Formats: sequence, C-alpha cells, structure tokens
Amino acid sequence: MVTVDELPEMKKFIEWFENRHEYARKWKEETGGKVVGYFCTYMPEEIMYAAGILPVRILGSHEPESITRPYLHDMYCPFCHDTLAQALEGRYDYLDGVTIAQSCLHMRQSYFSFADRVENIEWSYYLPFPHGVNNPHAADFAKHEFEKFKKSVEEWTGKEIADGDLDKAIEVYNKSRELLTKMFELRKADEPVLTGLHAMYIVVSSQVVDKAEHNQVLESFLEKIENGEVENDREIGTRLMLIGSEDYDAELFRLIEYGMSYPATFVFEENCTGSRYFWGLVEGDGDRLMALAKRYVYRVPCPAKDWARGDFFGRRRFQFIEDVIKKWNVEAVIIAQMKFCDPHELDIPSLREMLDKMGVRHLHLELDLTQPVGQFRTRVEAMIEAMGEEDLFI
Amino acid sequence: MEVKVRPFDCWNDFKNYRMNYYKEYLEAKDNGGIRWAGSAWAFDPVPQGLGEDVYPLTGEPYGATAAFFKDFSMKALETIERKGAARDLCGYMRNYWGSVAMDKYLLADGSVIEPFPKPDFNFTIHICCSHAKWYHYAAELEGGVPTYAVDISVGPGYTLDDKKIEYVVRQLEDAVTWMEKVTGREYDDELLIKAVENEAKSMTLWAKICKLNQAEPAPMEEKSMFSFYVLTLIRRSDERVVKLYEQLYREVENRVKKGIGALTYEQFRFVTDNPPPWPFLKVYRYLEQNYGAVSVGSIYTFGLGAAWLGMDEKGENWIWEPAPTPEEAGFEIHDRRSALWWTALFNLKYRASWQHEYSHWVRKQETYQMVKDWNTDAIIMHLNRGCELWNMSTLEVRDYLVGKGIPVATYEGNMADPREFDEARTFNVIDSFMQSLGIEKLT
Repeated sequence: MVTVDELPEMKKFIEWFENRHEYARKWKEETGGKVVGYFCTYMPEEIMYAAGILPVRILGSHEPESITRPYLHDMYCPFCHDTLAQALEGRYDYLDGVTIAQSCLHMRQSYFSFADRVENIEWSYYLPFPHGVNNPHAADFAKHEFEKFKKSVEEWTGKEIADGDLDKAIEVYNKSRELLTKMFELRKADEPVLTGLHAMYIVVSSQVVDKAEHNQVLESFLEKIENGEVENDREIGTRLMLIGSEDYDAELFRLIEYGMSYPATFVFEENCTGSRYFWGLVEGDGDRLMALAKRYVYRVPCPAKDWARGDFFGRRRFQFIEDVIKKWNVEAVIIAQMKFCDPHELDIPSLREMLDKMGVRHLHLELDLTQPVGQFRTRVEAMIEAMGEEDLFI
Repeated sequence: MEVKVRPFDCWNDFKNYRMNYYKEYLEAKDNGGIRWAGSAWAFDPVPQGLGEDVYPLTGEPYGATAAFFKDFSMKALETIERKGAARDLCGYMRNYWGSVAMDKYLLADGSVIEPFPKPDFNFTIHICCSHAKWYHYAAELEGGVPTYAVDISVGPGYTLDDKKIEYVVRQLEDAVTWMEKVTGREYDDELLIKAVENEAKSMTLWAKICKLNQAEPAPMEEKSMFSFYVLTLIRRSDERVVKLYEQLYREVENRVKKGIGALTYEQFRFVTDNPPPWPFLKVYRYLEQNYGAVSVGSIYTFGLGAAWLGMDEKGENWIWEPAPTPEEAGFEIHDRRSALWWTALFNLKYRASWQHEYSHWVRKQETYQMVKDWNTDAIIMHLNRGCELWNMSTLEVRDYLVGKGIPVATYEGNMADPREFDEARTFNVIDSFMQSLGIEKLT
C-alpha cells in the first residue's frame, strides 16, 4: 500500500503544475506545433486542439510583483495582475497566440495588455462569449461566435479543421471531463484518499498540458485508487467545500488541510480551477459547434454570467452548490474570494444567506496574490472550533 | 481674453424635468401607472410600449444623486455594507442597494421619502460584471420583484453582424412577452415605435450639442453638462426630452454664433474621461476659478448617452460624428420587430460607451480623437475606484496619450463613495500639473 503522494502519477501532476512553462516549451520543440494561452474557462479549447494547437491556461505565480501598476489599476484583482506580470516578465515567451472567451472585466483588461505587450504573440482573439447563459438564445449566439473563432484559427494555422478533427478533440476533452468527474466522485467517500490539494494539482495540470497525455496518467491514477492500492495517511476531520474562482495557490490548501490544529479536508471545489472547469460533457452529434456551444453555455456558470432572467429568478450555480453540499456531505464551506472580484462579491451576500438557510457553516476568506497564512489559520480553526461548540456542553 | 458669459435659458427646464422625473416615478401608483427600474443603459423604449403611464427609475443617475448628498450616501453605503456588500463594488449600485435596504427614496433636491417605491419590475442590460446582478440582488432586497436582463455583450459596433443583433432582438421580444405577463397589460407597438424614434433623436441631438463644444470659447463647461446629459440616461425615449434637447441645441448654437463662453477667462481646455467624483464636483470649479481651465467634455458625458459613428469599419480610427437617426439611415420602422431591431442596432453600433469594453485600442482612439477634435491642451483622468467598467483601459490610455505628447494628470477617487476622495491631495495634483505646464493662476 502506498499513499497518494507516493504514486508516480501524483508526482507527475505536481511536476506538470510546477513546470508548466517547461512542458509547453518542450511540447512545442517536439511537435513543432503552436501554443496558445487562454484566459477563462469558457474558451472552447476543443477547437484549438482540433487544429493541432496546445491550449494552455494563463496562470500567475503567486509571487509579489510591482510591474503591472503602470497598466492595471490597483482595484483590479490580484489574478489579473499576476497573469499580466508573468507576461511582462517573459515567462510566456513561448506562446504563439493568446485568446480569451469573454469573461469578467478584470481578466479582459489583463488579456488586452497581454496581447498588446508580449512581443511573441502573433495571433490574438477576443471571443465574445455570451454573458447571459441563462437565456434560451445564448447557445445559438455562442455557436455563431464559435464559427468565427474556428475560421480565425484555421486562417492563422493554415489548417482546415475537419469534422473528424473536432470529433477527436471532443472525445479527448470529454474523456478528461469524465475522468476528472470520477476523481471528484471518489471524494464522496467517508474517508477520501484525495485532498483538495491533490485535486487542485490534477485539475490545474490538465489545463496546461496535452489532454490526451493527461488522460493516460489520470486513468492509471484512478485505477490504483479504485483498486484499493492507496491508503489514507491522514485524518479527514471536517469535510469542507471550497467556493471560489482561480484557487490554485498550493499554500492555501496546505494550510487548511495540512497545517492546522484541527483536521480538515476539502471534498469539493466549486471554482474554475476545479469543478467549474470540467463539469458537464459535450453531448450530441451532428452539429458539433452547437454541441460545444451548449456545453459551454449550460455548464455550471461562473458568477459573472449567472443572473436572473425573466421567468428564471435563481442562480444555476447556487443550485449546483446546494446539490453538492448534500451529496458530498459537506460540513462547512470556505468562500475563497479573490480580492476585488466583483462577480463573486455580487453573489456572496445571497450565497451566505443560502448557506445559513441550509445550516451550513461558512467562512469568507479574501485572497490576495500571497495569503496571510497565520490569520487564515486562526480564522479557519476558529470556525471549526465553533462547529464543535455544542460538544462542550454535553 | 475676457469673453461674454450668461446663464442658460433652458437651465431650469432641465432641472425641473429631472426633479419631476423622480416624483413621477414615486407617484406613478397613485394613478395606476407602472414603475420599472433598471440601468440607464437599459433599452428604455421597450417598457414604454406598456402605456403612456410607465415611469422608469434608472440606477446610475439615482446612485449619482445619492452620492451628491453625502449624508444620505454614507448611510446607504454603511447599511448595505452591513449586509455583506463589498466596499469595492460599483459605487452607484451600493448607493442604490443601500437606499432600497434603508427603505428610503431620495428626490433630486435631497428630500428623503419613505418607503422606497418598489418597481413593478426590473429591466436592465448586462455589459459590465454588475448590471444584471445589481438588479438581481436589488430584487431580492425588494422581496422578489420580477427581473429581466438583456445580454448585450456581443462585441464592438464595428464588428456587428445580423446574428449579433438578432441575439439581442430575440431577448427583447421575449422581454415584451414577459412584461405583458408581469404587468397584465397588452403591449402597444405604436408606443414602442414612437419611443424608439425619440430615443434616437435624443441621443443624436445630444451628440450634436457636444459637437458644438468644439468652439472656442467653449459654450458649455462640463459641470453644467452633467445637468444636460443626464436626460439621455433617465428617460431618453420621452418626447419631452427630445424637445428639451432641441431647445438646448438651438441655445448652444446661438451661443457659439455670439461667442458666449462658459468661462469669462478660458485659458486652458481639457477633457476628462471617467464619471466625476459626484460628491466633489468642486474640482471642476477649482479648475475654472483658479486657472480659467474648462473641461469641454469627456468620453463619459459624450459617450454615455449620445450616439456617435464611433470606430470606422476597419476598427482603426474613432469618428466623433453624430450617428444617424432611423430617418437619416433610411431605416423604416413599421412594426415591433423593426422597432426592436433598430434600437438594438442603434445602441450596439453607436452608443460610444458600449464600444470600449472590448479592447484598449478603441478606448485609446476614442480618447485621443476627443483631445484632438475638441482642441484641448490636456486630459485630467479620474482613476475611479467606483466603476471597474469605466476604469478599464485607463492606465493604458494614459500611457498611450503620454506617448503621443499629450499632457495627462491623474487623480484617484470614487464617483459615488464620499469616503474615497482626498480633496486636498487632488487640488495639489491639479496645482502641480498646471505648474508643470506653465499655466498660471488667474489673478
């Protein structure tokens, strides 16, 4: 029996996560293909993948920086500053292109400066993905924009994307989604062997390497867990759910899952470096772009796109969260909000109200480029301690 | 050189319209009318098809009015913050939410009325991260007021195609059906057509008026323009608004002919960019009185409610020329669909403030061309913490303009949160900027 951390597959995920730039450079060298950085998980990566492109998600490094201030206002989120900082520091010097599926204003701002200021970028594309994903016309509009995006990719690469190419890309991406979903399903167990840190490494690494390669490793990894070859070496403690956005700061997970006086484990991450990235398959055949459009429009929405519209007065994301809390037996929620992130801030009062009604304890942490570890530890520990306060009086 | 100045003849008419606007909304129910609330960017003509007794309350101007009355604003902001709203969210929205949460309604003269008059429905658009969610949460605070938001984020006008327009039109068609359902009223397409035509007239007239400010001396200074431009944002589809703009156009044109200026001594012309710090409009007076510096406009006052040609078809250059009305464009509006098509097309293509969310380049060109076309010496930029949308690209624009040799000053503040403005520091910035340009104080 081994622990998850001892599995070579886990080591691979961490290696990919930590050395993502080296991976992309090597991939480019070996394949001669183009690498495109993308902002936001609404990007239909399948179209690029079908053209032989390696799509990689633009991420930051969680290191203090001061080089973005001439271009981005201080009131914009740390993630958009961090991503632009990577570009200005030349860490994305291997990219051939950069693209964004219309998302929040902050990320757009970073994208525009990225596209304008990074010299090696020869192709950039702003994809006006619909914001109103709760309206019945969104998929039709998204399909229209995907058609134009596909055409632009074809013109740039000089390669026509045949239906077969798209089918293959969809197959690879769906396989990835199925495997990642399976990995999350395993965390429903009373004693899950995977932590949030593991899950984060696995999901985020899938965003920065060739999906087909990632699928192979993930399949093997999951087989070992399912076959009972892996043992748990830690106490699960309080079952936590993380609700947030670009939460890929390993420090945060290490602190909460490995660095507190009370044991705690994330059993689900509702964020775009977690479940929101991969939840939901591309379904249907025939009109491939419409199938893609429907998947991206009807996936669990980002708060930036989730709002009341006429007869629908809810938030689809909240419905998903409610469901997860029940099915994954979540005991408490950490709302990890990127500082200055308006879409999340706009949801938080209502989200807290919903959690209160459900009787689920929650804690709101505001994330910055680096985290105040000591303060966070005290606050999370206090929450867990408070959850057990009734025991004191038995 | 000393120039003639005189108050605007139509000043009180504009002031009265705005005063009555808030009262009409408040009293709508007394006569069985309909109230609706939404962004100033909402498709204002669409609810007008429900009848002639339909009264809007647009959120941004309301938020600005609240901010102007600092005491009210402070209470509103603190009330909503206690409910968990983040302090860095849109300043207008927080004032609006706070007002709803306090159950207090503010009139344009600062009178406070209780309770807050709930709308029959919320109807808005969504382009920045806030608009639809603003009214979603407001509706929750209001106990579940029906809410509908139209997604308009289809890209800049010069990339517009029929599919993009169709996407918006379909949502508007659904909205009409939905409005009939929530109000129980039958929709009148003739009223819609009239409202759509009025909208185009108001927005193009305001553009023509702004254009007249290219004259030297400038016939208008921006602080006064704030009282004029706002009608395009509160009820542009109202025929009374069209008439007021016709009146203002004639008056400004006459001022230009007669050389009547906004300032007795105009020795420095500049433009601004963002919404101003509404609780501290004295910044404008400080510049006028101390330096004879006139703000001739901004992409905010010009772009928010006016219709301009905007980017050329290639997306290379910005054209500050008024957009055509349906008549001038040869577009026949004869039924609901053609009316909705026109209002979608007109706003998506010609509303300047719906263009620069999609690239730095548009905002750079828009601003640069304004500095040139209005013959200004500089730009003073408000780094506005209260609106992430209007703050987009500002620093890149600054960098671009500096590269073009245009003097740029920046000051930080918040359009609608009195707690986030340093008056003394701002005046210091202005003094230093003027000194660096060799502009001496008036004696």
